[in-house]
Amino acid sequence: MALPPYATPGQRIWHFCYLTICALVLFFLVSPLIVVIPLSFNSAPFLHFTPEMLTLDPNGYSTLWYKSLFGMCDAEGASLWTSCTDKWKVGAFNSVVIAVMSTILATSLGTLAALGLSRDHVPFRRAIMGLMISPLIVPLIITASGMFFFFAKINLVSTLPGIVLAHTILGLPFVVITVTSTLVGFDNTLMKAAANLGGSPAYNFFKIQIPLIAPGVISGALFAFITSFDEIVIILFLGGPDQHTLPRQMWSGIREEISPTILAAATILVLLSIVLLTTLELLRRRSERLRGISPS
Amino acid sequence: MNGNDSLVRFVNIQKSYDGETLVIKNLNLNVETNEFLTILGPSGSGKTTCLLMLAGFEPATHGEIYLKNQPINRVPPHKRGIGMVFQNYALFPHMTVAENLAFPLDVRGMSKSEKTQRVKRALDMVQLGGYGNRQPAQLSGGQQQRVAVARSLIFDPDLVLMDEPLGALDKNLREQMQYEIKSIHQNLGITVVYVTHDQSIALTLSDRIAVFDDGIIQQCAAPDVLYEQPDNAFVANFIGENNQLFGTVVEDIGDTVKVDVNDGHIVEAKKVKVEGIGSRSTLSLRPERVIVDPEPHSLPNVFLAKTKQLIYLGDHIRTRFSICGTDDFIVKIPNSAVHAAISEGDEVNIGWKAEDCRALDVWPCPTSHL
Repeated sequence: MALPPYATPGQRIWHFCYLTICALVLFFLVSPLIVVIPLSFNSAPFLHFTPEMLTLDPNGYSTLWYKSLFGMCDAEGASLWTSCTDKWKVGAFNSVVIAVMSTILATSLGTLAALGLSRDHVPFRRAIMGLMISPLIVPLIITASGMFFFFAKINLVSTLPGIVLAHTILGLPFVVITVTSTLVGFDNTLMKAAANLGGSPAYNFFKIQIPLIAPGVISGALFAFITSFDEIVIILFLGGPDQHTLPRQMWSGIREEISPTILAAATILVLLSIVLLTTLELLRRRSERLRGISPS
Repeated sequence: MNGNDSLVRFVNIQKSYDGETLVIKNLNLNVETNEFLTILGPSGSGKTTCLLMLAGFEPATHGEIYLKNQPINRVPPHKRGIGMVFQNYALFPHMTVAENLAFPLDVRGMSKSEKTQRVKRALDMVQLGGYGNRQPAQLSGGQQQRVAVARSLIFDPDLVLMDEPLGALDKNLREQMQYEIKSIHQNLGITVVYVTHDQSIALTLSDRIAVFDDGIIQQCAAPDVLYEQPDNAFVANFIGENNQLFGTVVEDIGDTVKVDVNDGHIVEAKKVKVEGIGSRSTLSLRPERVIVDPEPHSLPNVFLAKTKQLIYLGDHIRTRFSICGTDDFIVKIPNSAVHAAISEGDEVNIGWKAEDCRALDVWPCPTSHL
């Protein structure tokens, strides 16, 4: 944003401050993520830069912690530090299973809820909407403890369905919000046109409405996936030994054995997030291009 | 009229959205096979509601709609087999033009070869031969409109509804498209119900026009009848340009009545819709039916008028006179040597035949909207 030629000295100073503030915000946001990446290639079992690393000595770097992350403990010297375990692998697998299942549930339920709530004749729309969004607002620890006592009564604690359900509830608000906002721009005349041309309601829903609101559905699904994948509080409350997820492993890794394996895991998660966010942005652009159709 | 062979019959239709106000008060309308019927009316007159009820998107509050003598109140929109062109085109943005056209054929489970053939024929019909693989967003407004028209016709419906389909186009394109729609209608022998507020489109396209206002049909007739012989003051005012004189009926002589307009002038007019001696009446007179400087005693109505304003419009001169208590009496004087001499401020005699001046009800009537 360039300054216009008529800017006053005050505006020039403010503009400079504004750029500085932006730079600082971005720096503090990004630097913790960036610094993790080189550290994860550390050859020594420390969470700080060794002198070898700082002098760019190749001996200071290794992929040891990635191997340890994937349970490949062939490195002879490092085994002293690396508890040779497949806990990371198991954790990642569990996380993916739970995240995928809860994403599927949250996406289908959330999309249907958003479709229903976007109709004029549904009573108490705002109240229902508020209720569905509430997991975003209520402190997670309260949700988690509430769920613990409730799930304990119906024998869902320490079970896979219990965790999936809990994560579904956490992911639901994202799907409802993104799909609802996509539906605001959805032209209902298209559904009338489709009906007029002979398509049954179900046919039109899958052929016309779903493809057109897909960007909203997919971004909601991505948010739901990330929410479940990152989730630690609920898993600590509700998870049993069989629900050992990646965040849980990181949590215990930090507490019990301080090893750069956690940095390798973090790096992989950062890369995964970048891929997901890029997908989101591409989808958003695609949907905006499609929206460009409506005349007047 | 015996409507049993009509394609569509609205019988005693009433429609209310909120349960209190009737948008459609009592609609009885027949649409004949192969007819181009236009529903014309100001916005809020209930004309689009009629179309939505026919297409099945709005239920009628009371009454029954018959399509080919079958009641269709309980038939869902997708089983009515009626084509419709929407004002905003409603093309599916994620499909190509060809896929859009094939949509109604897919639904009907048509074979691939027949589908390809029909899509090609439809594209040729609207002169978009090479455009099958484009996305709708890549087409201009006029081209999108053509695709929408082609899509509404591709499954051979007997009846096609059009809801202000030309409203979003600019003037030149609108004129061109209206001739295309007319020729498509004539070539295919389909029945069209067309909704618009644009009277020039209605006059150009229609076999019959139903003028809608205040939830009822004010008059339903061929364009020339509507223009020449309006039934009431609303229709006279809504269609074309119209001079109005207000007065009281003083004498009833069979086909004509004598009306005392405000300042004591007596005008003889054709009796169309007046209640009798002493009642109020609106006299309606088309600007092109007024004769300037007529032969003495050739016309029953001759008055001295003061010229207020002349507007040169090429083929005719639009002249505003002060006459019979109104300052807003418009006459279209042909641009010929005979009448070239009038200038502002002149006083001239103008007159008209009794049958060109129609004595109608008082409008706006008390029940009408504001």
